[in-house]
Amino acid sequence: MTTPLTLRSQAESLAAHLPPLLAEAEHLAATVLLGDHGRRRAGVGDTFWQYRPAQSHDAARSIDWRRSARSDARFVQDKEWQIAQSIILWVDQGASMGFASGDVTKADRARTLAMALAILLNRGGERVGLTGLRLPPRRGTAQLQQMAQILSEDEPRDHGSPDAEGMLPHSRALFVSDFLGNIDGVTAALTRAADRGVRGALLQVLDPQEEAFPFDGRTIFQSMTGAVRHETLRARDLKSRYLDRLAARKDQLQQLARTTGWQFHSHHTGQPATQALLWLYGALERQG
Amino acid sequence: MWMLGPIGFTAPLLLIGLIALPILWVLLRAVPPAPVQRRFPGVALLLGLKDAESQSDRTPWWLLLLRLLAVAAVIIGFAGPTLNPQQVRDGRGDLVIAIDGTWAGAPAWQATMDRVSALLSEAATNDRRVAVVNLTDLPLAEPLPFAAPNTWQERMPNIQPNPWQPIDPAEYFIDQAGNFETYWISDGLDYPGREDVLAAFESSGPVTVFQTPRQITGLRPARFEDGEVRISATRTPIGADSETTVTAIGLDPAGVERALASVPLNFAAGEEVAETAMILPPELRNRITRFELTGTRSAAAVSLTDDALRRREVALISGREDREGLELLSQLFYLREALEPTADLIDGDLADILLANPDVIVLADVAILTDIEAQGIAEWVEAGGLLLRFAGPRLAASDVGRGSEDPLLPVRLREGGRSVGGAMSWGEPKTLATFAAETPFFGLDVPEDVTVTSQVMAQPDPALADRVIAQLTDGTPLVTRKFSGDGQVVLFHVTANAEWSSLPLSGLFVQMLERLAVSTRPVAPDAAELEGTIWQPDRLLDGFGRLRDARDLAGVAGERLAGATPGPDLQPGLYAGRDRQIAVNVIGADTTLTAAQWPARITVEGMEVLRATALKGWLLTAALALLLVDLIASLAVGGRLRGPRADVAAALLLALFIAPQAKAQDDFAIRATSEVVLGHVLTGDPAVDDVTAAGLLGLSQTLTRRTSIEPAAPMGVNIETDELAFFPFLYWPITADAPLPSREAYGKLNRYLRSGGMILFDTRDADTARFGSGSSEGARLQAIARSLDIPPLEPIPPDHVLTRTFYLLQDFPGRHASRDVWVEAAPIGVETIDGMPFRNLNDGVTPVVVGGNDWARAWAVTSNGAPMFPVGRGTAGEQQREISLRFGVNLIMHVLTGNYKSDQVHVPDLLDRLGQ
Repeated sequence: MTTPLTLRSQAESLAAHLPPLLAEAEHLAATVLLGDHGRRRAGVGDTFWQYRPAQSHDAARSIDWRRSARSDARFVQDKEWQIAQSIILWVDQGASMGFASGDVTKADRARTLAMALAILLNRGGERVGLTGLRLPPRRGTAQLQQMAQILSEDEPRDHGSPDAEGMLPHSRALFVSDFLGNIDGVTAALTRAADRGVRGALLQVLDPQEEAFPFDGRTIFQSMTGAVRHETLRARDLKSRYLDRLAARKDQLQQLARTTGWQFHSHHTGQPATQALLWLYGALERQG
Repeated sequence: MWMLGPIGFTAPLLLIGLIALPILWVLLRAVPPAPVQRRFPGVALLLGLKDAESQSDRTPWWLLLLRLLAVAAVIIGFAGPTLNPQQVRDGRGDLVIAIDGTWAGAPAWQATMDRVSALLSEAATNDRRVAVVNLTDLPLAEPLPFAAPNTWQERMPNIQPNPWQPIDPAEYFIDQAGNFETYWISDGLDYPGREDVLAAFESSGPVTVFQTPRQITGLRPARFEDGEVRISATRTPIGADSETTVTAIGLDPAGVERALASVPLNFAAGEEVAETAMILPPELRNRITRFELTGTRSAAAVSLTDDALRRREVALISGREDREGLELLSQLFYLREALEPTADLIDGDLADILLANPDVIVLADVAILTDIEAQGIAEWVEAGGLLLRFAGPRLAASDVGRGSEDPLLPVRLREGGRSVGGAMSWGEPKTLATFAAETPFFGLDVPEDVTVTSQVMAQPDPALADRVIAQLTDGTPLVTRKFSGDGQVVLFHVTANAEWSSLPLSGLFVQMLERLAVSTRPVAPDAAELEGTIWQPDRLLDGFGRLRDARDLAGVAGERLAGATPGPDLQPGLYAGRDRQIAVNVIGADTTLTAAQWPARITVEGMEVLRATALKGWLLTAALALLLVDLIASLAVGGRLRGPRADVAAALLLALFIAPQAKAQDDFAIRATSEVVLGHVLTGDPAVDDVTAAGLLGLSQTLTRRTSIEPAAPMGVNIETDELAFFPFLYWPITADAPLPSREAYGKLNRYLRSGGMILFDTRDADTARFGSGSSEGARLQAIARSLDIPPLEPIPPDHVLTRTFYLLQDFPGRHASRDVWVEAAPIGVETIDGMPFRNLNDGVTPVVVGGNDWARAWAVTSNGAPMFPVGRGTAGEQQREISLRFGVNLIMHVLTGNYKSDQVHVPDLLDRLGQ
């Protein structure tokens, strides 16, 4: 059962072992909001950058009197120019994510990962938000709380698709889903995001059974909502063809990611969550 | 009860239910296994995939078959099947149970007796009077001895098979008045007069025959041909290839009976007779007392040998030949011709010949013997040898036996001899007188044409008359004899060649040699020869082929002995006459065995007493097992067998079919090999096995305390089923009734001994018997060890490595303190080197240690570690126990370290400790 509070605490404990994440930022000029990414040049920010002789255009109150008292000239203290990155998250909230062969549903894993990432980013001073217009990128624990709240909601449909609206240009994004349903919505959102210079990562969360297809005998397969049915007499015969299709789907996503400059990773709920979080950490920190 | 073959059903109507099976088949086949509803997000990827094959909407045929089998098992099970249901034989009136009781029934005698016992029980329930008659041992009383069945049950042990066939049994039954039913327990062998008996029985009432078709084999007497012993056996001529072994048994030089040789005998399929040859050195051949077919327990499987197989060893020595190459004139030519077919001839130096200890030494015209030779021959004669001398020119010319009687001549000789009927003499050549009654030649015909022209003459002497056993018509002695100790000296006063007489040319010469027991009679004596003689039974065979002493029985007339079939008045066995033995065997040289054929009107039943076995439980268990398999199989077919369920199912199947035996064997192997474990052979006698286990436990504890060997608890080993290779050491207590190991077990034991294992045989009888003497345990050990690959043994020599592998020991006591402990003999020719306490013996661990000191009892400890049995008395006894334990330690050290202590490198240290 995912409530916002448990989601938050699970995500906190998952994120506890990692240092604050600073999402790699580029095109800083385009972002106006303050963040923790030092630009190695004087500008707007909180940290000390250098002392420089005061110029005529400097206001008198900007003169650092403590420094100036040690010499005859007057000095001004420059701050380092700092900016913050915006990261937009999308987690599939469709019913198909509720499937679990073991203890963990895909939805749990996906939400925990997304939330942990958000916590890490928040600690790093970045601004985190969700796709769509409900939760634009912001900093602070209140934002995290709100995000947990929204992530805990479920969708009645089998498969969700990301909302391409509200994406800031040149920000970063993370899409988490099983990508088993129709991926047209994902493709559309992705291409649109890429058009606006948004880079990011696709994380596919799958259940081990979905990878192994260990079924046999006469079986009626139903989707999680029961909307889609497929009956077979010998499930084992389908295995190889199903696996081919799954591989094709992964390949398609990989291809999509490559063309748009995103990164793709497939994660199983059977694996530890940290593994996926580490990949995410690397993917968002990495260039491109 | 309704019968189907050997199976009867108590409720056969239920079997009609089997008709429903095909219907069930159709029904079950039509109903496919129900589909599984499964939620699966990946279904979007599955859409549009078609099934490659569509079999599975029908139940697979093998699953159907499984279910039908289960149902069938249930139906048949409830129909109450019973294997070999007790058929109640209902009969009224008197009953005669006639038993053939020949040797042919001996191998299955127990089954016969069981059958008779069962028949008697049935007769008891039907309240019939019964007479049990052994056809080979007909009752003396004329009327049939009818009595209550219970009375006969008590008398049953008295009915034993006899080693002959019924002789005219019909006579007895023809005169029997009254009606009776007959059960005839046949041995399956035809014999003369069987039809008459059958007719006699049928005239009195119905006849039922009980008989098991069985191959009957008999061993024919062995004969000697062309230097080899030919052994043949005959059998009833139905049957496939079969191989059996013939063992020659006789006394060894120590006087102990043992198998001297054995040879395989192969019957080709359908063949009646099998023959093989055994080539044996004469020394061994003469020791054979009987041949036995291995594995058959009947009188026909034993063939006693008499003198026919025995061939005497005759040493021929002649005086120096002064001419070469004149064969026909050689002194020994005619002797050779006469003796070659029936005796083994030895040539050589007199000194060598005396070592060979022949039966007869022939000195042909040898006059001068050295003192040593003369003394040797005299001693040999005293010990039972027969010295046969022939005269000749040299003897005539010498002074031997002139002045006084020579110990190696029967009479004193007159100088020169005489010659008659020659060109330079008067008179006619002399002929032989008929032989006197008390001479060994009595009864031989004297041919007219045997003449003597020259001879040496005996000096008249008071003792001369007694010593003459053949003379010429004029009364001059021709053959004289004197007894000396156990032996005798015989002198032919003529030459052994045709120079002085024509005697060597005649058949009489051969017969005389035979009578003198120089050669043996090659053929069985005929009736004329045996007429008037009485033969004393020496050892007789019983129906099972066991020999027993029969010297207290009355003698048998010679006429009966000649070529007659054995019967109650001539039991098979060995008959002793004056100077020879005659064997009467069950199977003669041309006996054939014919299976008994019964007319179609006679009911023939099998011999086995079949016990009724209810099969219901088995069938229902089988049905249950099948249903369990079906359960798992249908889960598997329906795709429901995944994850933990599959594990459980697999475990169930494993537990059902494989696990129990495999696990037991593995346990045994793991227990035996994870540590050093001393093993002891299970004898089947729980008391002995317990004591042995306690003994080895005591030894193991001692080893753990005192040495770096730390054995685990000892284990009992069943040599039939268990693997022996795990054990470095086996303790084998011999009990008097220990069963002989099977052929496979012998194979395993021999492999074990060859590959470095050691067996300690303990007959546990050293307090009462000495090694090799005839205690029952000792005899059993010999029987067991006969087929084992055991090297020559010797008593533990004082320098054996066992005396110093850990402790320095010279005695090896157990609970008894006999010195008779035997180990593998050291190789011949290893000499003690001066200054060295030990011979240089570096090879090999003795594979066996044989003794009777009951070591296990000396070692045995109770569960709290106290000795289990007292040893000796007081302190000396405890000392003996200590030495006994030290022997055990040395033994195990020897087993585990081999001949390490034999290594001469350690001699200085050992010398030091020995104080030398």
